[in-house]
Amino acid sequence: MQVQLSHPSRTIEIKGPKKAKDLFKELNLVVEAHLIIRGDELVTEDEMLYDQDQIEIRPVISGGAPLPFCPSPISPAPSPVSA
Amino acid sequence: MNCTKCKTRAVIDLPRHNAAFCKGCFNVYVHDQVSRAIKSEKMFGKDDRILVAVSGGKDSLALWEILLKMGYKADALYVNLGIGGYSDVSHAKVVNFSETVAAPHGAVLHVHTVEQEAGAGIKELAMLIHRPTCSTCGTIKRYQFNRVALEHKYDVMATGHNLDDEAARLLGNVLRWQEEYLDKQSPSLPASLDGFAKKVKPLFRLSERELAAYSVLNRIDYIVEECPMAKGARTLLYKEVLNRLETESPGTKQAFYCGFLDKQRKPEALPTTMAEKDQAMLHPCSVCRQPTTADVCSYCKMMARAKTHSV
Repeated sequence: MQVQLSHPSRTIEIKGPKKAKDLFKELNLVVEAHLIIRGDELVTEDEMLYDQDQIEIRPVISGGAPLPFCPSPISPAPSPVSA
Repeated sequence: MNCTKCKTRAVIDLPRHNAAFCKGCFNVYVHDQVSRAIKSEKMFGKDDRILVAVSGGKDSLALWEILLKMGYKADALYVNLGIGGYSDVSHAKVVNFSETVAAPHGAVLHVHTVEQEAGAGIKELAMLIHRPTCSTCGTIKRYQFNRVALEHKYDVMATGHNLDDEAARLLGNVLRWQEEYLDKQSPSLPASLDGFAKKVKPLFRLSERELAAYSVLNRIDYIVEECPMAKGARTLLYKEVLNRLETESPGTKQAFYCGFLDKQRKPEALPTTMAEKDQAMLHPCSVCRQPTTADVCSYCKMMARAKTHSV
């Protein structure tokens, strides 16, 4: 299946069939920080994904807003996903 | 996985509530959480005029849409920060949302463009005054938001801060014991005598994932890309840590932030030292005379039980 990832934007190929939660594990992604979208529909963690599916894993975290305790940025965490 | 309420196919699972919902029931859940937040914190009523701060992101656009659907009088302010292509895209998303979703409700969009007033975008401005970009951005947005609210006589300003934003901010303040900032973490800050309009956060009961899901399900066209200026911001690290905890132990973020709010609401108890507490609770064990809160200490009970079984 084709899996579209963000930050940076890229598409990778993953072999199916596979449960959505196993896709998260394989890509070392935290469930709470992402949504899985098949076509234009959301899918739950127990949903089976197949080779012909177009999948988008969309990060949900936004931020960087000024915080009183945040005088300067620190180094970003390394990306958990390698394409 | 089926919807906890109507048993049709679920589109999202919410481990922190041990529930899963279809689109219809999830929308009811989201609106219910916002309604509970508005009522419990006495944020505003149906006659109040609300100014929503919108950025083009999922939270603020979802907030504007939810308030309008719930029948509130909500206009919005967008501040164009002049961050190259990113601001162009976010501005276009906000205008499109305003024209297609908000205008049919009679809502108005105000726009402030930083470059028009300051002659430079946020990045150049931050370099000129030797301040971090995020800090400069926050100062400008807070100032313009308050200015427009006062000039146009809005009763209250609403922002799209969600549970993750508030939990991450609380974690940062607690890690550094920035107690002076904790009072400002209430989801409803009253208007002050010195010219600050009332400020509320109606999404504080909803997680970032829930709001992204709401936006996808309701076809809200928001900017998915992260602000290029936010890369490496500490708040993102705190969110990442909290999300790892949440995945292992669902409900952690809610317990952390809502527990803090509960503690804030309770009147402060008289300070008690550990020695005073010990004196009030401890007395000698009737068997060995070591201190205990019971008649017989747990050690003596354990040994007595062991001896009974070994006989």
